[in-house]
Amino acid sequence: MSDPSAPPIVARVENATKVYRLGGHDVRALDGVSIDFHQGDFVAIMGSSGSGKSTLLNLLGCLDRPTTGRYILAGQDVASMDDETLSRLRGRYLGFIFQSYNLIQQLSVVENIEVPLSYQRPPLPGGRERCLKLAALVGLAGRLDHRPTELSGGQQQRVAIARALVNNPHVILADEPTGNLDTATSHEIMDLLDALNHAGRTIVMVTHEDDIAARARRVIRLRDGRIDTVAENRPRLAHTRVPAAT
Amino acid sequence: MNILQQLRLGFRSLMLHKLRSALAVLGILIGVTAVIWLVAMGEGVSWQAQQQIKDLGATSIIVRSIKPAEGSSRDAGGRFGIAYGLLREDYDRIVANVPTVSRAVPMREISREVRHGERFIDAQLIGCTPDYFTMNRLAIARGRPLSDYDMQGYANVAVLAHKAAQILYPIEDPLGRTVQVGQEFYRVVGIAAERNAAAAIGGSLDARQYDRDVYVPLSTFRARIGDRVFTMRAGSTQLETVELSQITAVVDEMDQVDSSAAVIKGLLDRYHKTVDYAVVVPKELLEQAETMRAMFNVLLVLIAGISLLVGGIGIMNIMLATVTERTREIGIRRALGATRSEIVQQFLWETVVLSGTGGLLGVAFGFLCGPTVAALRRGIETLLPEVWAALPPNMKNLEPRLAPWSVIAAFGISVGVGIIFGIYPARRAAAMDPIEALRHE
Repeated sequence: MSDPSAPPIVARVENATKVYRLGGHDVRALDGVSIDFHQGDFVAIMGSSGSGKSTLLNLLGCLDRPTTGRYILAGQDVASMDDETLSRLRGRYLGFIFQSYNLIQQLSVVENIEVPLSYQRPPLPGGRERCLKLAALVGLAGRLDHRPTELSGGQQQRVAIARALVNNPHVILADEPTGNLDTATSHEIMDLLDALNHAGRTIVMVTHEDDIAARARRVIRLRDGRIDTVAENRPRLAHTRVPAAT
Repeated sequence: MNILQQLRLGFRSLMLHKLRSALAVLGILIGVTAVIWLVAMGEGVSWQAQQQIKDLGATSIIVRSIKPAEGSSRDAGGRFGIAYGLLREDYDRIVANVPTVSRAVPMREISREVRHGERFIDAQLIGCTPDYFTMNRLAIARGRPLSDYDMQGYANVAVLAHKAAQILYPIEDPLGRTVQVGQEFYRVVGIAAERNAAAAIGGSLDARQYDRDVYVPLSTFRARIGDRVFTMRAGSTQLETVELSQITAVVDEMDQVDSSAAVIKGLLDRYHKTVDYAVVVPKELLEQAETMRAMFNVLLVLIAGISLLVGGIGIMNIMLATVTERTREIGIRRALGATRSEIVQQFLWETVVLSGTGGLLGVAFGFLCGPTVAALRRGIETLLPEVWAALPPNMKNLEPRLAPWSVIAAFGISVGVGIIFGIYPARRAAAMDPIEALRHE
């Protein structure tokens, strides 16, 4: 970890625990997890249900705070933040991709991509243009005015990916991004994420499919709220590859 | 997001459930329209009353003879039946003793059948002086009013009111011809212009219909008809002696009205043992009408406000359903960076779109009040003539008067109702845990 050639750390989890009270019992969903995410990383988080991978993802997504320990995103400790600051942090530094795409039904493709921009304080310049560029990047330039219901699952996930990029996030969090897709479409989506990672994007992905996890550079396996194994598929991206400011 | 974008987003979200949103809008629309219509009707009614009172004259004091309770009259059961009311002496006393009164007009009236050949009308025969016409602002359409010369000469001349002239002389010109009252013939010298009915004021002054009047000189009235009158009531005849039916006294300034009325009252009190007259001050009536109007408006706004409240509850109901249905969307927006207050704003804008649309449509329908009432009136007049005939003149002539304040208030209240009833659902939306909301199916 002290490799001087390593790219900067964009997110760091330090000895984080998460304890829920469930029916009078304390459930330790996370039990002392520490991970560093470097710029240009592509990490797959795996584990059986109840292993704590959803909890970890919620934590990384600033949707939740650790009970003890620290989570540092963009140099700030999330553990002590109030709800509003967390919201701003999500909007500014994170991109979300969900299993069920989670597009807003009453909005068109381009408007869905635009959603995170409306929550930027201060607003990012060049909003609409950025959305059009990203729609073209994910191959949906011809369907800007379509509604989510008029698109296939793969196309909807592409819209979601464009949406996750629009605020130029430090980390993209993907929760089972191919879980609702067939094999061929899954690989198309993974090719897209791969390309983004090659362009310098940091991606953290939760999956339970081995062949999907194999596309990541690192695979972290959780068991009972702890890190079980860390496997390196491919080396990290070189320091020189910083994200293009698309 | 700017306001325009917020409104657009709100509109698009509401279009997800068109019928439901339309019904919520309808609730507000009805409330706003009700406020505007009811206030317009109320204003119309009170305006009518005020006009009628003003027609009586704001600087005049009206003294009328009223029949006292049975057995308490001046000359009860005497040879000449009962005698009551104002005397010619009273008129002289008022003129002589009340210096603020610049002019006083005596009048005597009685119901009589007025004929012309086969045609007849149950007219109000009015004995009056020439001043009566100017005082009551009775314009003469054709011919001339009564003159002092007629008074002095006890002339058998008459001025016919508009409708009386129409009935008695449907084809020929009545001017110069005669009408018959009892055994006497009167030459028609003038025809009065059409005039709306005057106000009905309490029990002391009935609504005055001017269109069946036949005016003759007071002196002639006294000479030909006299003070004693047989009336038929409940099958028995009764002899009544009344010298004057009414004295109208006019002062120069509005602020002299009250004191002069008090003086007249005191003067009459001294000479009348029983209360067989009433003093009516139109100015007071005007003030009363003003108070009534204010009370009326409060009542109407209250009633209409209740319908707006119901509309607001409708909006709240729909927004609660919307928030539950769109839990997922709320979760997505929260994950993508929306703060709680931004979620509150989003849903508040949505309710503002709902209630604002209802408000605007309600105002539009509010402006249709006048035409609608006019159409309704025409409809009743042509389709249900019997019903029309039975309607009181105040209703026949009712013109709703759109009050600008009611339009502004109704629209403002509707938007306010939207915001107030939108706050709870919006806060509920914002209070959701984003993780839970994202998991919501």
